[in-house]
Amino acid sequence: MSDTLKTTPLDGLHRALGARMVPFAGYAMPVQYDLTGELAARCRGGVLAEHLHCRAKAALFDVSHMGQALLAGPGAAAALESLVPGDIAGLKPGRQRYTLLTSEAGGILDDLMVANLGDDHLALVVNAACKDADFAHIAASMPAGVRLMVQPDRGLLALQGPMAAAVLARLSPGVDKMSFMAVASVPVAGIECLISRSGYTGEDGYEISVSARQTEDLARLLLAEPEVAPAGLGARDSLRLEAGLCLYGHDIDTTTNPVEAALTWTISKRRKMEWNFPGAAAIRAALHDGPARLRVGILPDGRAPAREGTEIVDAAGAMIGHVTSGGFGPSLNAPLAMGYVRADLAADGTPVFLMVRGKPLPARVAPMPFVPHNYVR
Amino acid sequence: MSEIRYTKDHEWVRLEGDVATVGISNHAQEALGDVVFVELPEPGRAVEEGEACAVVESVKAASDIYAPVAGKVIEVNHTLVDEPGTVNADPTEAGWFFKLSGVEFESFAALMDEDEYAEFLESEAE
Repeated sequence: MSDTLKTTPLDGLHRALGARMVPFAGYAMPVQYDLTGELAARCRGGVLAEHLHCRAKAALFDVSHMGQALLAGPGAAAALESLVPGDIAGLKPGRQRYTLLTSEAGGILDDLMVANLGDDHLALVVNAACKDADFAHIAASMPAGVRLMVQPDRGLLALQGPMAAAVLARLSPGVDKMSFMAVASVPVAGIECLISRSGYTGEDGYEISVSARQTEDLARLLLAEPEVAPAGLGARDSLRLEAGLCLYGHDIDTTTNPVEAALTWTISKRRKMEWNFPGAAAIRAALHDGPARLRVGILPDGRAPAREGTEIVDAAGAMIGHVTSGGFGPSLNAPLAMGYVRADLAADGTPVFLMVRGKPLPARVAPMPFVPHNYVR
Repeated sequence: MSEIRYTKDHEWVRLEGDVATVGISNHAQEALGDVVFVELPEPGRAVEEGEACAVVESVKAASDIYAPVAGKVIEVNHTLVDEPGTVNADPTEAGWFFKLSGVEFESFAALMDEDEYAEFLESEAE
C-alpha cells in the first residue's frame, strides 16, 4: 500500500526523526513522533507532548500535502469572487483571508486561504483531499487572462506556538513585526519563502511556503532552534479542535451551509448585498429563516471522549444532532467535541447527552474556542 | 513473579490460583499512544473468553479490551480512572485493568507465553 501513497519533501526526515507514518489524503504523513536524542530532551514525543510543546514553545508541522496554487492575471480577485462568498477584491496586498468554495446548493466544497501578493497575483492554499477537485473547479471558472498555476513543486511548513515569532525572526529578521494574517515574500536563512502569519492551532505562528528542494533544509534549520520540536497530524488535530477550527470533510462538507456551520462571518458585507456567489440563494434563505441546526462546541461532564459520529440526544432521548469531531484536549485536560445540534438547543450551557457505547453521557453546549486563541494583535 | 501469558489482541494475563490479572502489553500501549481514558467493567460481572469488557482511549481513538479467559470480575484498578497514563508508564504492573476469579488453568495455559508472543509480534510486523 505504501508504494501507492504520495510523499512530501520531508518524507525521509520524518522517518529519520522517528515518525509513525499513516496514510492521509493519499499521502504518507507523520501522525506522531517517537523522538530520540536532543529532540527527545526537548519534547517526549507522542500526541500529548507534541500538543503541549506547541502551546508552550514552538512546534514544526509538515503540511506539504496541502494544495498550493497561484491565481494570476488582471481581475483575478474578481474572478475568484465568482466562486467564494468572501471579500477578495477588497483584500489588500500583503494580506490573507479565510474563505470557502461554495456549491450551487449552498454547501461547502472546501475551505481555503487566499493571499493577495500584489500585481494581480493571489496565492491559494486548499485541503489535500480536495485539491484536485478544487483546482479543476477554479481553473474551469476563470475568464481568459486569469490563469491558475498549481504548485506541486512547493513544500509547506507550519511553525506554531508562542515562541514561533522569536525563532523565525532569528532566521528572518523583521518577521516578528508581521500582523496576524499578513503575508510576505522573504528569505529565511537565505532560502526564498512566502510566509503568512497564520496557522491551524489557535497559537501565534507562521505557515511557510518554500520550494520542494529546499523544504528539508529549511525544516532542519528550524529544528536546530532550541525551542522547536516536530509535531504530527495527531497534535495538529487536537490543537485545531481546542481552537474550535473546522476540519473539512468532518465539521463542514457539501451538506453543510456556511450559516449552520457558524461561518457566516466569512461572508463579507458587500457580498451579502450582491448575493452573486455559488449557492447565494440557499445561503440567503438560511440566513433569513435561521438555520435548522448549528455547529457548536460540546463539553462532556465526565472523562469519556465522544468521537465523530456520536449521536447527541436531549433529556427525553430524542436525537438532536451528531458529533463531527471529538476527542481529548491535552491543554484542556478534558474531553471535548464539536458537532451539530438543533438550532433551538444550540445556546451555550444547554444540557445534552452523548450516546457513548449505548449510554447517554451528560454534556453541555459550550463556547468555542475551548482554549483561548493566542494570535498576535 | 508468576508467569505471564498474552493474547493475539495484546492483552496480558497473570494467574495466581484461580485469579487472573489482566492488562495490555507494552506493545499495545506503544501502539495506542498516550492513554487519556479507561473504562473498567463492573465488579461482579461474569465474562466469557473474548468478551469486550473494558475500553482504553488514546487522544486519537478508542479500543476495546477483551477478556482473555472466562471468569468473574472481582476487582478493577481504580488508579487508571484518575491516572490513565499509568497504562503507558507501567503497562504490565501498575497499569493492570481488572482481576477475574474462577479462571480455568487450561484456558490460561492455551495463551501465548513470552517467547510465542514475541514471535507473534514479529509475524504481525511483516
